[in-house]
Amino acid sequence: MNFWNDPLKVAAVWLEGIFTGWGMDAVLAHVLVVFLGVLLLITILMVLDIFLVWIERKVVARFQDRIGPNRLGPYGLMQPFADIIKLIIKEDTTPDGADKVVYNLAPILSMMSVLILWAIVPLAPVMLGVDLNVGLLYLVAAGAIGTLAIIMAGWSSNNKFALLGAFRQVAAMVSYEIPMVVALLIPTVLAGTMGMLGISEAQQGLWYVFLSPLGALIFLVSAVAELGRSPFDLSEGESEVVAGFHIEYSGMKFGWFYAGELLHAFTFGGFWGILFFGGYHFFGLENLGPLVAAAIVLFKALLGYWVIMWIKYTLMRIRIDHMLAFNWKFLVPLSLVVLMVTALLNTLLRDASTWVMGLSMFLSNALIAWITVEILRGRSRAEREKMEGPAQAALEAVNH
Amino acid sequence: MIPLSWYLILSAALFSIGLFGVMARRNAIAILLGVELMLNAVNINLVAFWRYLDPVQMTGQVFAIIVFAVAAAEVAVGLALVISVYRNRKTVVADELDMMKW
Amino acid sequence: MAILFLITAVVILASAMMVVTSRNLVHAALWLVSALFGVAVLYALLNAGFLAVVQVVIYIGAIAILFIFAVMLTRREMRETGPGLNKNWWVSALVSLLVFGGLAFLLSNWSGFSQTSAELPSGFDAVSALGDALISPDAFVLPFEVASVLLVTALVGAVYIAFNRK
Repeated sequence: MNFWNDPLKVAAVWLEGIFTGWGMDAVLAHVLVVFLGVLLLITILMVLDIFLVWIERKVVARFQDRIGPNRLGPYGLMQPFADIIKLIIKEDTTPDGADKVVYNLAPILSMMSVLILWAIVPLAPVMLGVDLNVGLLYLVAAGAIGTLAIIMAGWSSNNKFALLGAFRQVAAMVSYEIPMVVALLIPTVLAGTMGMLGISEAQQGLWYVFLSPLGALIFLVSAVAELGRSPFDLSEGESEVVAGFHIEYSGMKFGWFYAGELLHAFTFGGFWGILFFGGYHFFGLENLGPLVAAAIVLFKALLGYWVIMWIKYTLMRIRIDHMLAFNWKFLVPLSLVVLMVTALLNTLLRDASTWVMGLSMFLSNALIAWITVEILRGRSRAEREKMEGPAQAALEAVNH
Repeated sequence: MIPLSWYLILSAALFSIGLFGVMARRNAIAILLGVELMLNAVNINLVAFWRYLDPVQMTGQVFAIIVFAVAAAEVAVGLALVISVYRNRKTVVADELDMMKW
Repeated sequence: MAILFLITAVVILASAMMVVTSRNLVHAALWLVSALFGVAVLYALLNAGFLAVVQVVIYIGAIAILFIFAVMLTRREMRETGPGLNKNWWVSALVSLLVFGGLAFLLSNWSGFSQTSAELPSGFDAVSALGDALISPDAFVLPFEVASVLLVTALVGAVYIAFNRK
């Protein structure tokens, strides 16, 4: 077995050989090796998370025509370490009347809900934690734990603003879960499986973003809402609820929420890349080996993360009733229509060639987008006339 | 391998705890929490029977899914009723909702 | 396997006891989450992966959140008032114990009580079999559709009941 063709398997077999050589039970050795693998993945993710802070600060600086951190180390690369030291030596406060256990559990759950997502991320055909046949539902389930963490943080802080922020965030997350699930069903329908590996494999020919651009867009919008990032960052609207559910957290406990949010954004960028942009496929480059494939996935995740940052630093926060109305009156019906059209075409064109299928899917999506825009235009015109009609009449009355 | 009896006893115990919650709690929401425990006990039974008796027939899992749907509907309507009652009577303690008592 | 089952069972039963005895209702709801998570682990142990994930999505992501919201919406202050259990709680405890004893007695007289699990056929995909069963006309498509009607009815009913007419 060649190391470069399957590095994890080779390393695991080697380690298990060492452990059993020490006279350890075979089952125990296996459990220990799996545990070490999980530990390795989490360590890599946490180190990556540290640099995500730097990336985020650099990118936002560029968007706002600044330079960003540039004092500590080359290109300010040491800045996140200084941030961490600052967070660690800060006073660790617990508010009066806080529910201590729940209060301390919430940041851990928040971080955990992100980390467990990486169990199903296929970095390469041979590099993934577990190929669940209900992988996409697992993604939603992990989001449910994140929701729980937020409401626990908001309630246990014994602070009105924290509770209000948590309410807003949870209302948004629960409602945006619906378009997200429907958008996740589109790759499921196209690939015929919910497993992440199967979906990655099925995109060898054509990426799903070409088959269902609207699905990719809906997934991105609902992912941004799920992350609670601008324009959907109502939970931390500074002028309204100060900082939302993590208002009372200080020091490293706040750090967990912050790091969790960054890693969550990066993770959803990665899922966007895997579900709609071909996963580890990149014009045959993935055949060079699993490590190259993993690099491709991480690169796509970074690109997705960059898009999410781009949205965050371009759009302004919208009002909560607008946000929920946008979801229920626009995103949910649209996603259901896209799903139905995709499923119908997928069944009708089962025997057609990839290109016929791709072209018809793309054209149907374009048609849906055009009809949607036309309906929206008609609605906004009617609305405008209703608003402007009386104003116009009043203006004419004045002129006469 | 775990015998079926373990699941059945666990489910019976969970059902009894839920029953105790339904009968003994004063707060209406807590009563609904007890009902959730009872429904889950039923689901454990259904899935265990599916796995142990005839895994090729999906009956047990389908039943469990229908119980999920019923539980979701029950919670939605039940909590809506509780909130409505709270709005009218300013209490959700089941003992104090005694308008029907003469 | 047996160790995993025993740990999960202890977690489920302990959490369930906390659900019915905890005076703070938010704590009770959080203990309910813990118990339901344990039930999801049991489903995974029983090779019902789909149900395990759906359990987490529906119960933790929706029902538990709904409970916590309802608890917060139905109190004037954040503090708990009065005892959590009513005066006759010992009667309830007695009845519950009797129910448990009766169930255990009934089950132990059943012939299949200590049955070991059936073999899963090799290559059997429970998820796709479940999907087929739910939409196949000679299986469960009618109950499935009725369940969806029930959900819509509950949705409309819940909105109507809780709507504040002012």
